[in-house]
Amino acid sequence: MASYTDKAGRPIVVVTGMGMVTSLGQGKADNWAKLTAGTSGIHRITRFPIDTLRTTIAGTVDFLPESGRTAPDLSEELAQLAAEEAVAESGIGSKGNFPGPLFCAVPPIELEWPQRRILAQEAAPNGPVSYDDLLRAAEANGHDAWHERFLYGSIADHLADRFGTRGQPISLSTACASGNTSIQLGVEAIRRGDCDAALSIATDGSVTAEALIRFSLLSALSTNNEVPEAASRPFAKNRDGFIIAEGAGALVLESLEHATARGAKILGVVEGVGEMADSFHRTRSSPDAKPVIGCMRQALADAGVSPDDIDYINAHGTSTPENDRMEFTGMSAVFGERLAGIPISSNKSMIGHTLTAAGAIEAVISLLTIAKGRIPPTINYELPDPAIPLDVVPNVARDAQVKRVMSNSFGFGGQNVCLILTGEPA
Amino acid sequence: MSNRRDVWITGIGLVSSLGEGLEAHWQALAGGTGPVVDENSFVPYVVHPLAKVDFDQQIPKRGDQRQMEPWQRIGTYAAGLALDSAGLKGNKEILGATDMVVAAGGGERDQSVDGAILTEIEKQANPDVFLNEQLQSNLRPTLFLAQLSNLLAGNISIVHGVTGSSRTFMGEESSGTDAVRIGWSRIAAGTSEIALVGGAYNAERRDMLLLFALKRLAMHAPWAPVLADPKGIATGSAGAFLVLESPEHATARGARPIAKLSGVWSERARRSEAGAVEATLEEMLKTAEAGITDDTAIFSAATGAPEPTKAEAAVLARSGLPVRSVTDRVGHGLEAQMPVALALAALSVSEGRLFAPLAGEPLEKPFDGTISRAIVTAVGHWRGEGVALVERAD
Repeated sequence: MASYTDKAGRPIVVVTGMGMVTSLGQGKADNWAKLTAGTSGIHRITRFPIDTLRTTIAGTVDFLPESGRTAPDLSEELAQLAAEEAVAESGIGSKGNFPGPLFCAVPPIELEWPQRRILAQEAAPNGPVSYDDLLRAAEANGHDAWHERFLYGSIADHLADRFGTRGQPISLSTACASGNTSIQLGVEAIRRGDCDAALSIATDGSVTAEALIRFSLLSALSTNNEVPEAASRPFAKNRDGFIIAEGAGALVLESLEHATARGAKILGVVEGVGEMADSFHRTRSSPDAKPVIGCMRQALADAGVSPDDIDYINAHGTSTPENDRMEFTGMSAVFGERLAGIPISSNKSMIGHTLTAAGAIEAVISLLTIAKGRIPPTINYELPDPAIPLDVVPNVARDAQVKRVMSNSFGFGGQNVCLILTGEPA
Repeated sequence: MSNRRDVWITGIGLVSSLGEGLEAHWQALAGGTGPVVDENSFVPYVVHPLAKVDFDQQIPKRGDQRQMEPWQRIGTYAAGLALDSAGLKGNKEILGATDMVVAAGGGERDQSVDGAILTEIEKQANPDVFLNEQLQSNLRPTLFLAQLSNLLAGNISIVHGVTGSSRTFMGEESSGTDAVRIGWSRIAAGTSEIALVGGAYNAERRDMLLLFALKRLAMHAPWAPVLADPKGIATGSAGAFLVLESPEHATARGARPIAKLSGVWSERARRSEAGAVEATLEEMLKTAEAGITDDTAIFSAATGAPEPTKAEAAVLARSGLPVRSVTDRVGHGLEAQMPVALALAALSVSEGRLFAPLAGEPLEKPFDGTISRAIVTAVGHWRGEGVALVERAD
């Protein structure tokens, strides 16, 4: 009989359900077809006026009923759709009764401009508008529903109601590493024996004018506005920033024993998770890439494998000059000369940077890559950067047998989390 | 939990309206100092303002301070106090392996920019284009970083060098409970040796009050004790961090426990069902009590929001245990409230006694006996119930 525990004697954590939504579409089938065809979901922004903006393109999800409403409304809908797909695929529990906790990565949430404007108009001060006016209007005019909507915990709370997860859900943010953290927390809880299953969701539907401007003011976004589909250029010499985008990813995690006992199909294994924070700078990674190197090595060690066991790397690959160079430096240190022979691609070349959701979406794509034996390309790779020579699976998908993937996520605030994913229990 | 190990609290950093550090808090509490409230700056609301703090003491670089909004400064400061208290300051090797779980909100805005935009926007032919222009020319680029929830943790990494791991939980009061719970669980299970857990809140802002005002939950002056008369939330500026550590790790470096963190529980009552909060909290309290009522007190982190606070007060009254309201002393610090309450509970347990009851809070009874166990109850203003147990370590 196969063992239910890993080399370290911990419960093996498997994935039995996955779901995703991106600007390319809803569901794994649609996304996979487009990702392997090299299709871009990046387009001109129509949600708000783009006049005067330095960046006018994004990977927004515009095809849902909540698109264009508030960030928490759309983020919740994206999360719900991804989780419905994942839970249905896994067949776990029963409708509205998920037998484990929820770990939910959510974007920043606060009252938005439409609500502020309504409050200001209701207050109708004779002079300049102040927050005292907004407070007066807030108390007087029965906007009770906004209180709940703009709490950080409300997305996860509503999802917990819908899916019937156990206990108080954890809402979390580790910036652009959040998706990986949502998986990490589920893996840890199962390994500790706190639960047999966990629902990990990461969602981001927060592309508003102000969100875009905030990143723009930090010079993080691409201004390759002319041809939106060609703007995201991870690892290429002419990359100039990331493309802000929306989406959600969801994974049903279970102990192998629990999944086996109920006869569930195993879609993959979360073999290892590594993490190391960076104390260098608020938005920049340490130039020596030490924290990223440490993070990758910890992930390998946690999985009990060596760099030689990695067949493919799903890169963070944001398309910013700095990230892609730093990620190359980190990978070079960890993989040495072998790096040149490892296919590495960035899904962000097609779906943009889905921020909070990125890690979970890329974990789903990584497991599909293993299952299908086909690597989605890094599109828009027309001008290789000689400073960072990599096999980025340029422009066209590639058939390949992939047994084990490293998936990287790095974020503002010194956040670094790497996953090691395989298809089958060792 | 048979094969789980003890978790010690080896460091506490606390700053609130009562002062900074454990000693100042004990002096204020044991000396019967009343709550420090400000009923004039945010009329009609009442808040507990942060005591005067010299941020240079924990955040020496002015450049770092400038990159933070006040809630991040309060948190980074309290985290520094905790590391000092644990004797870890500057110990690069240990800090580089210290796990961090932070409970955070965020969203402190540039209120003058917002006000200026709102004053003019409805007069514009195209309000949305006007908004684009105004935000682009008037937002400070680094303000975004001072608003992001996970940048409190990021600042603690930068200023204090804590880099073992870094997770930020959001979700109001529950995030504080769960930050402590996850840090505790990992050490108890043997997958972490040392963790810095906590949170911070800045009450002295209108944009923060706005969220509560939308449901008329912010307390209007005059201030009133929350358990006796929950007429709203009196928010309080505060930051609290705990250093949690395995006994093996602490002993090896010669550190002594302030107290033992023996359990943390987090639940979610279906509040649409009548009596659900009371039933959930009662069960959690019984679990924490574990049949032992001797030398045990309850520290309530009740928010002051009427319905959940009434439910919590009812459960506390039935418990028969001596009760002290944390919120009456320092206000409500939202994400930070569980860490703040735990800090005061651990302090009381380490002192072995309770401070005097507060006038006007009949649930607080005089108690002159020994205290070796403290149970913290923290019922969220909207969702989430938390309980934690602190015990004397010897």
